[in-house]
Amino acid sequence: MMSIKGFFRGKTVIQPIWVFVIAIFIFFSFMSEYFLSWGNITNILVQTSTIGLIALGMTLVMINGNIDLSVGATLGLAASLAVGLQEFSMTFAILAALGSGMLLGALNGLIVWKTGVNAFIVTLGAMLGVRGLIFLYTGEQSFYAMNFAFSDFGMSTVGPMPTLAIIFLVCTLIMHLVLTRTGHGRNTFAVGGNPEASIDAGIRLGRHMMINFIIVGFFAALAGVLLASQMGAATPNLGRDYELWVITAVVLGGTKLTGGYGSIVGTLGGVLAIGILRNGMNLMQVPAFYVLVILGAILISVLIIDKKLNAPSAKEVRI
Amino acid sequence: MSFLSAQGILIFFLIGMFVFSLFSEQFLSQSNMMTVVRQASIIGIIAVGVTVVIIGGNLDLSVGSMLSFSTVLVVDLHDKIGPTNAILIMFALTLMIGAVNGVLIGFLRLNSLIVTLAMLSAIQGFVLIYSGGQNVDIANQEGTWFAFFGRGYLGGIAVPILLFAVLAILVQVVMSYTGYGRRIFAVGGNPMAAVYSGIRKNWCVFSTYLISAFCVACAALVLGSRVMGSQNNVGQGYELLVLAGIILGGTSLLGGAGSIWKTVVGVLILGFIQNGLLLMGYPYYIQWIVTWVIIILAVWLDLANKRKRLLTTHS
Amino acid sequence: MNASSTQSRQPIDAAPILELQGITKRFPGVVALNNVDFDVRPGEVHALLGENGAGKSTLMKVLAGKHQANEGTIVLGGQEMAFENPKHAKRAGVVLIHQEQSLVAEMTVAENIFLGSLPRKSFNRVDWRKLREDTNAILERLKCGFQHDDIVGSLSIAKKQMVEIGRALAFTPRVVVFDEPTASLTDHEKPVLYDVINSLCEQGVGIVYISHRMDEIFHLSHRISVLRDGEYTGTVNTADTNEDEITRMMIGRSLTLDHASKPSEFGDNMLEVRNLTVKRVFEDVSFNVRKGEIVGMYGLVGAGRSEVAETIFGLRKPSTGDVVLDGDVVNFRNSHDAVVSGVALVPEDRKDQGLILGMNCRDNMTLASLSSVSSLGFMTSAKEREVYDKYHQAMKIKTPSWRQKVGNLSGGNQQKIVIGKWLHTQPKLLILDEPTRGIDVGSKSEIHTLVKDLAKSGYAVLVISSEMPEVLGLSNRIIAMYDGRVTAEFDGDNVSEDALVQAITGMGKQAQAS
Repeated sequence: MMSIKGFFRGKTVIQPIWVFVIAIFIFFSFMSEYFLSWGNITNILVQTSTIGLIALGMTLVMINGNIDLSVGATLGLAASLAVGLQEFSMTFAILAALGSGMLLGALNGLIVWKTGVNAFIVTLGAMLGVRGLIFLYTGEQSFYAMNFAFSDFGMSTVGPMPTLAIIFLVCTLIMHLVLTRTGHGRNTFAVGGNPEASIDAGIRLGRHMMINFIIVGFFAALAGVLLASQMGAATPNLGRDYELWVITAVVLGGTKLTGGYGSIVGTLGGVLAIGILRNGMNLMQVPAFYVLVILGAILISVLIIDKKLNAPSAKEVRI
Repeated sequence: MSFLSAQGILIFFLIGMFVFSLFSEQFLSQSNMMTVVRQASIIGIIAVGVTVVIIGGNLDLSVGSMLSFSTVLVVDLHDKIGPTNAILIMFALTLMIGAVNGVLIGFLRLNSLIVTLAMLSAIQGFVLIYSGGQNVDIANQEGTWFAFFGRGYLGGIAVPILLFAVLAILVQVVMSYTGYGRRIFAVGGNPMAAVYSGIRKNWCVFSTYLISAFCVACAALVLGSRVMGSQNNVGQGYELLVLAGIILGGTSLLGGAGSIWKTVVGVLILGFIQNGLLLMGYPYYIQWIVTWVIIILAVWLDLANKRKRLLTTHS
Repeated sequence: MNASSTQSRQPIDAAPILELQGITKRFPGVVALNNVDFDVRPGEVHALLGENGAGKSTLMKVLAGKHQANEGTIVLGGQEMAFENPKHAKRAGVVLIHQEQSLVAEMTVAENIFLGSLPRKSFNRVDWRKLREDTNAILERLKCGFQHDDIVGSLSIAKKQMVEIGRALAFTPRVVVFDEPTASLTDHEKPVLYDVINSLCEQGVGIVYISHRMDEIFHLSHRISVLRDGEYTGTVNTADTNEDEITRMMIGRSLTLDHASKPSEFGDNMLEVRNLTVKRVFEDVSFNVRKGEIVGMYGLVGAGRSEVAETIFGLRKPSTGDVVLDGDVVNFRNSHDAVVSGVALVPEDRKDQGLILGMNCRDNMTLASLSSVSSLGFMTSAKEREVYDKYHQAMKIKTPSWRQKVGNLSGGNQQKIVIGKWLHTQPKLLILDEPTRGIDVGSKSEIHTLVKDLAKSGYAVLVISSEMPEVLGLSNRIIAMYDGRVTAEFDGDNVSEDALVQAITGMGKQAQAS
C-alpha cells in the first residue's frame, strides 16, 4: 500500500515554497475574478510547462552537484530541428530533435566526467557553441511549421486538460519516482552529498553524472519541440535566458547548488510560483517587468531566510 | 610539456593569429588590429572588474543587466540634465547596485552565484520599469562632448581602447602591488586562513563588487556614447561573454589566482577569433562554436597538467 | 593501580585473525612507520596507543587500504593481502570507522548503511522492503535509538557513528578499527558504543581501538600496543599492566627538553581571562599569562582549548566573561581588532587556518602585517624581502627561494612561516595552538628553543598542546582542561606526569594544584 508518507519518502514536512505558492494563489484569487477559472489554471500549467520540463532535469543535475547552462540553447536547437526537418517526415523531425538534446547532454556529461572540467565552464561553453550550431543550421532564419498537425498539437486538449499540461504533469510524476525510488536516483543524491564517500562505496560517479546530463538534455529538447508546436514556428534565438529561469525555479524549490539535496516536488513548487506570479500580475495588469524584480527579490529573500534558519551556532567560528 | 601547458593559451593564440594571417592579408594590418581591440574594449573593461571578483573567490553574473541599466540611465539622463550630471548619477547608482551585491555576498555571506543571478533578473526588471519598455537615445548626437568616450580619439588612439588600457593597468597594479590586492588574493585563496590572519574578509568581498560595478559604469559610458542610444536589454548575455574571456585567459573560477593580464589576453583572443573568422568569410556565429571548443580545451589542458594525467580516474 | 585496571580482561588465547608484519611507510621527507608489527585475535579488543604523530592513524590507513605500505605484509585469516583501496579492504572484511565521517547527510540511515549497494528490483528500482529488513536486522544488533528512515544529518554525532558501525556490519566484518570513537561522544553515549564493541567481540570480530583516554582503554581492551615516533615499542596484556607503564612506553624517557632554559623573569599580567564561557563549547575558563611567561594549556583534542584561543582572538563570540589585555577589557569582535591590538594566534590547522597554500613563502610571511611593508598602500618589494630574509635566517627555514609556494614545503618549514608571519606583527601576546603537531623532530626542538627565547625577550606566550613533553619542557605554569573546563593548574617545574594525565582524562577531577 502506498501511504502518503511512503509516497514522499518520509518527508511530509511542507516545503516553504509551497506555502508561498498557496499564499500567492489565494492572493490572486481575491485580486482577479478570472484567476480561479479552469481555463486560467490550465493556462498557467501550459505556460510553465516549458521551464517546468527543463527544471525537472536540472533538479537531477543540480542534486548531483553539477549545473547545466546550455539548456536554453539545446531547447533552441531542438525546436529548429523539429520544425526544419518536417519536410522529410514528422516522426523523423521529432526524433532527431529529441536525439539532438540527448546527444548534447551526453557530450556535456562525458566531458565533465572524463576531463574533470567544472560543469559550469563546460556548459557555459556549450551554451555559446550550441547557439552557434543553431545559427549555422538555420542560416539565421526562423522556420515556420507547414504541417498543421504539429501546430495543432500544441493547442490540443485531452478532455478538459491541455495536452501540454498533461505531458508536464506526467513527466513530473515520472521524474519524482526516478529520483526517489530508483538506484540511479538515490545514487544521484549520494554523489552530490558526499562524492568521496560515494567513490569509496563503489558508486560509479561519472556514469550517474552523464545519465543526468542526458536526462536534462532530453527534457530541454522536449520543451523545445513542445514550444515550437505551441508557436508553430522556431526562431534561432528561441530559449535565450531560459537557463536563468530554470535555475531560479529549481533554487526556489529548495535544491541546493552544492548538491546532495533537493526534490522534484520542490521544483514543481518553484515552477508554479514563477508561473502564478507571471500570470496573476498579468491579470492585474501589472507590467511584466515587475515580475523580474519581484522574482529577484524572492530569490534573495529565500537565501537570507535559509541562512537565518541554518545560522551557524556558537560552535562555529565567525569568519 | 610544462611550458606548453603553462603558456598553452598563448600558443593557441599565436597559431590562430598565424592561420588567420595566412587566409587574410588584412588581418595583421594595424587598422584591423585597432578595430579588434576597440570592439573588445567593452567586454574587456567589464572583465577587468569581474576578474577581481573571481580572484576574491566569488562570481558576478549581474554585470550584463547592470550594463543595460547604466547605459539606459546615462543616455536617458543626458538630454534631461546634461552630460556631466548624467554621468555622475549613473556612476553613483551603478556603484549602489554594486554595494547591494557586496552587502549580500560580503556581509550576509550569501552564495554569489544565486545572488547575482537574482540581481540579473531584478536589475533587468528595473531597467524595463524605468524605460517603460522603450528604447532611449540622445537627440543631438553631433553637438555633445559625451561622444568623446565612445567615438573620440586621444593621440591617435580610440578612447575606448585607452580607457580599457588605463583600467587594466590600474587594476593590475592595485592587485599586484598593494596590500589591498594581496588581501583579495588571500581571501579568494583560503578565506579561513585570511580571517585567521586578521584580514577583514567581509569588507574585502564587499569591495570587489564595488570595483566590478565601477568597471561596468565605465563600460556603459563607452557603450552609451558609441551608440548614442540604448536598447533596454543591450547588456544581455555580456556576463557570459565576459566569463568566457576570463576563463580563456586562464583565471581559475575557484578564486585566489589569476591576473588582469590573463583576462586581457583572453578577451583579446575572443576578439581576434571573431574578427579572424569574419575576415576568412565565415559568418559571425562560427566564433561561438570555436570559443566552445577552445574554452574547454584550455581548462582541460590546465587541469591535465596539474594532475599529470589527461583523464580522470573515477568511473 | 586504580579501580578500572582491576576489571580489565584476561587476554584471549587464539591465533590472530590479522597480522601486520614489518610495516614501513615513508612519506616524502618522513618515515611515518618503521618496521611496525601488530596483530589482532578474534574476539579481542586490542588498543593502540601513542602520542599525536606517533603513526597510529597511518598504520590504520595502511590496514584499511587508504595507504599502501612501502615494506611489510598484511596477513588476514592466514592469507597475505595487498589492499589497493578501501573498498577492496572492506570486501575482505577490514573496516575503518573514521574520525571524520563519510556519511551522506541528506540521506536516510538505511541508504547510508547500504551506500553503493542498495538492493534492487526490476527497472533499477530500489527494493525498499529488503533494504528496510536488512537495515532493521543491523539496527537490532546495534540497539540504538533511531529508525531506518531517519535522515542522517539530523542525528547526533554518536548516532552518526552508530550508522558508520552499521555500515561496517553490513559487510560481515572480521576486523573493525575504531579511531578515537569517543572523541565527540558525551558520557552517557559511550556505554552504547561499549555494548556494540562487546557484542562484536562475542561474534568473534577482532577490534582495534585507538584512544587517548586511559580509563576507556583499561575498561575495554584485552591487550595494549604502543607506538612512538613511528616505531613499535611493545605489546602488553591489559590485566598485567598499569597506567604508569603505558605512559612510560608512550613518552619514553627521552624528554630531551631542557627545563633549565625556561624563562624565569616575569612582568605584569599581559592576558587575563575572566570566567570566559561560550555556551556548549567551554565554560567558566579563567587564567592569566604574565609578560615573559610561558603558560601551557594541556588537554585532549576536543577539550575546548583551541576554542578558548579562538575566543580570545575574536573569532568566537563569548556568552559571558571578559578578555583583559594589558589592563584593558578588550573582548575583540573580530580577528582584525585582535591583531591590531597585539594578539597573535598560530592556529591549530596549518593548512586550513594558517597558510594560503597557493601563495609563495614571502607573501604568506607578510600577510598579517601588510601595512608595515607598505608606503601609501603600495607594498615595497625591498621591505617585503627584508622581512622575509630576517625570519628566513632567524628560523633557518629551508626553501629554495621565497618564490616557492608554501604548499610544497614540509610541515616544519610551513609552521616556521606561520610563526614568522606572527612575529613580524610584533605582538604582545603570542598564542601557539599545537605548534609542533606533525612536524619532524629537528624543527620541533628549533621551535621550542625559539618559543623560550621569545618569552625571555618579554613576550607573553600561551602554548596549547596535547603532547606532554612539550608542555612540561616549555611551560612555567600548566593549565589542564577537560571537557570544556579548567580542571587544574600546575607549577610547570614541579608536577608529576600522573597528575597531569589524570587532570586531562577526567579521572583526576578532584586533582589539586600540586
